[in-house]
Amino acid sequence: MTRILDVRGLSKGFEMHHLGAQMQAFSDISLTLDAGEFLLLKGRNGAGKSTLLRTLYRSYLAQSGQILFHSSHGVIDLARAADVDVTFLRRTEIGFVTQFLTARPRVSAEALVAEPLRLAGHGAADALEQARHWLAAFGVKQALWAAYPTTFSGGEQQKVNLARALILPQRLLMLDEPTASLDASARAALIDRLADLKAQGTAMIGVFHHPGDVAQLIDREIDLTPDAPQMEDRTDVVV
Amino acid sequence: MTLASLTRDWEPMAYGFLDASAKREIRRKTLKAISVPGCQMPYASREVPMARGWGTGGLQVSCTLINPTTRIKVIDQGADDSVNAASIRRFLARVSGAPTTTDTLEADLIQSRHRIPEERLREDQVLVLQVPNPEPLRPVQPNMSIARQMHADADYGRMWLQLYEQIVRAGRVMQGASYPSLVNGRFVMTPSPIPRWDVPKLHMAKHLTLLSAGREKRLHAVPPFTKVEPLVFDDVPYKVEEHAHLMCHRSGLKGFFMNEIPQADGTSIHEVSDSDLGVKAIHRTEGAPVEIGATWYENGEMGQ
Amino acid sequence: MTVQQMDAPRLITTRPLLIAQGVSKSYGSVKALQDVSATVYPGEVLGIVGESGSGKSTFLRSLNLEETPDSGSYTLDLPDVQGNLFDLDRFARRMLCATKIGIVYQNPHLGLLMKHSSSGNVAERLLVAGERRFAVLREKAREALDASEFPLSRMDAPPVELSGGMQQRVQLAKAIALEPALLLLDEPTTGLDVSVQALVLDTLKRLQQERKITMVIVSHDLGVIRTLADRVMVMKGGRVVEAGLADQVFQDPQHAYTQQLVHAKL
Repeated sequence: MTRILDVRGLSKGFEMHHLGAQMQAFSDISLTLDAGEFLLLKGRNGAGKSTLLRTLYRSYLAQSGQILFHSSHGVIDLARAADVDVTFLRRTEIGFVTQFLTARPRVSAEALVAEPLRLAGHGAADALEQARHWLAAFGVKQALWAAYPTTFSGGEQQKVNLARALILPQRLLMLDEPTASLDASARAALIDRLADLKAQGTAMIGVFHHPGDVAQLIDREIDLTPDAPQMEDRTDVVV
Repeated sequence: MTLASLTRDWEPMAYGFLDASAKREIRRKTLKAISVPGCQMPYASREVPMARGWGTGGLQVSCTLINPTTRIKVIDQGADDSVNAASIRRFLARVSGAPTTTDTLEADLIQSRHRIPEERLREDQVLVLQVPNPEPLRPVQPNMSIARQMHADADYGRMWLQLYEQIVRAGRVMQGASYPSLVNGRFVMTPSPIPRWDVPKLHMAKHLTLLSAGREKRLHAVPPFTKVEPLVFDDVPYKVEEHAHLMCHRSGLKGFFMNEIPQADGTSIHEVSDSDLGVKAIHRTEGAPVEIGATWYENGEMGQ
Repeated sequence: MTVQQMDAPRLITTRPLLIAQGVSKSYGSVKALQDVSATVYPGEVLGIVGESGSGKSTFLRSLNLEETPDSGSYTLDLPDVQGNLFDLDRFARRMLCATKIGIVYQNPHLGLLMKHSSSGNVAERLLVAGERRFAVLREKAREALDASEFPLSRMDAPPVELSGGMQQRVQLAKAIALEPALLLLDEPTTGLDVSVQALVLDTLKRLQQERKITMVIVSHDLGVIRTLADRVMVMKGGRVVEAGLADQVFQDPQHAYTQQLVHAKL
């Protein structure tokens, strides 16, 4: 198995200057992730699941520990990597799927979805064709493809968001409750796409409100609840 | 040794009206201006018995250059007989004892307002142009200190922008007189308000041209054999006034710069602007032995 | 670049386009800039936020060589551009800024000739760079105005007759006409109606994505910076208090001042 991620002794807390207080989110987390592996983060509310994902993505700065990412260019500690490298990796190798779409005014749904491909160097026509394919796959009505998603309902926006986030196969994919507010058919399309990416070797680490949605994808899980057993090997147990 | 032998008799004024220090300053500034073609040189601009704006700059340069053998010609808009030209000519003769002429070929020094004679000038002739505003950048940069920096940097983008704006707004370059021109590939100058017709005459000319502005206290020069290129876009050619086909109603001359004389019936007749050229042409028709020199324009086309 | 960034492990060895180091500037006893450093990589957008008087605009004007700092260095990794740019003489500065750096000011009067035509304002850049063909000037001005989403039917209207949003588009067209290596934006949308603001931002975003123009944008509006910037530098009292990836600075601000700034946003 190809190692993708090697997290060692990672801790994150927030210093809240106006309160003069420090809030610890999680401490001393270690985990590994291989290519094609799907790791589920679980734990009770406030255990730091989303925080861990964002720390791995460098939206949050780790306080201590290492996030060794095995990129196609070599191993780098994401906790300390230069901003420019993180930007580059986010554009090419590390994806992050949330339940929120950041739509921009006057950018059509299909252009928004095609954007990651364009930025990765695909031709405009090819990118647009793939974008339409994925919009269709996630159940966005064709009439809406050229419309501006700023006007869409929450559910439709989420479909556009998923199409955009998953259009470009990444080396590492982080999923922050992507199934929330999805209808059944879109959820099925999502799981198909994730299974597909997983088979292509994308390593995934995710937080799910209803882990049952993705049960067949899960290889291992970690419980972030303090005092919970650190890591369990995935068994074919329903979570 | 007597005091009388060591001193001169009292005279009401110095030779050539200006005192020696004024003339020395203008000579120095003239030499500088010739050394840096097209670059404006500041000078003190003394009082002369004429109002500023009536050719005092040209007059001071003429007073400085003149000597008892310099034959002078003075023209105003091409004419030797206008009041201003006649007054200046008489003044110059009176303060220097120099002979005068109206014939371009005979003149050593020609002071002119707004025209260059149609007959080609020679190496031994000097043209002095009266300049109202010597600063080509003034319309685009009212601050003269900054304008000087722009000249120093050859920062002429705004000059070109003026031409761009004229073409965009009017479909053609509207600049009639004082057409900004690049001298020796370095300084943009205003050639005084001569018509576009006259600007090509300065290019690689054999004579020295001195341009002097008395009110603005600046002078600049176009030395002999110096490039003078009107600012033009590569794809919008420089055009002179369309006078090539016009005929002078008095002398019958054709192919020269003309004055338009409107008639009571609404039409116009034309008269050659270089008055002495017209006079000579009439005399020749009448059979007098007159020499007309080679002209810059031949059959209305600028010769090389 | 923060201290953390200086010794950060590196993966890709692209060279920064812009390196400013230890830039300080005082006006009398007022310290406008104190030891400000920044690094910008090709194609990157650096956002500078801070309140009025934080020194962010002074820093931007220094990058446009309009200010000469008391100390510090500034280099651009471009062909034929060498050494500390703060040491250049007036002529060299003018040529560099005229051909390599584009700027959009908050106040259009600073960047435009209000009574000349809009296309002429754009053409001036090309004229300074030596273009002498009228048809080419016209075509390039048209292209730049079009790229800035300026209505071409009005390309010869003077900016004085245009709305604020349109004036900013003319400035933008002028700034990008020569495809600058560096585009500086000083509060480009401040003072515009919110809807117009969004449209101008959208144009900037699109230009950035399509042309990969390296930008430094100064704004007190966090929304503007969040929309455009890859990285953010937070300034206060002439100093850089925090710098990092845009989403990190906004989601996980480290410095007390940044936290206050981020949380004060409506």
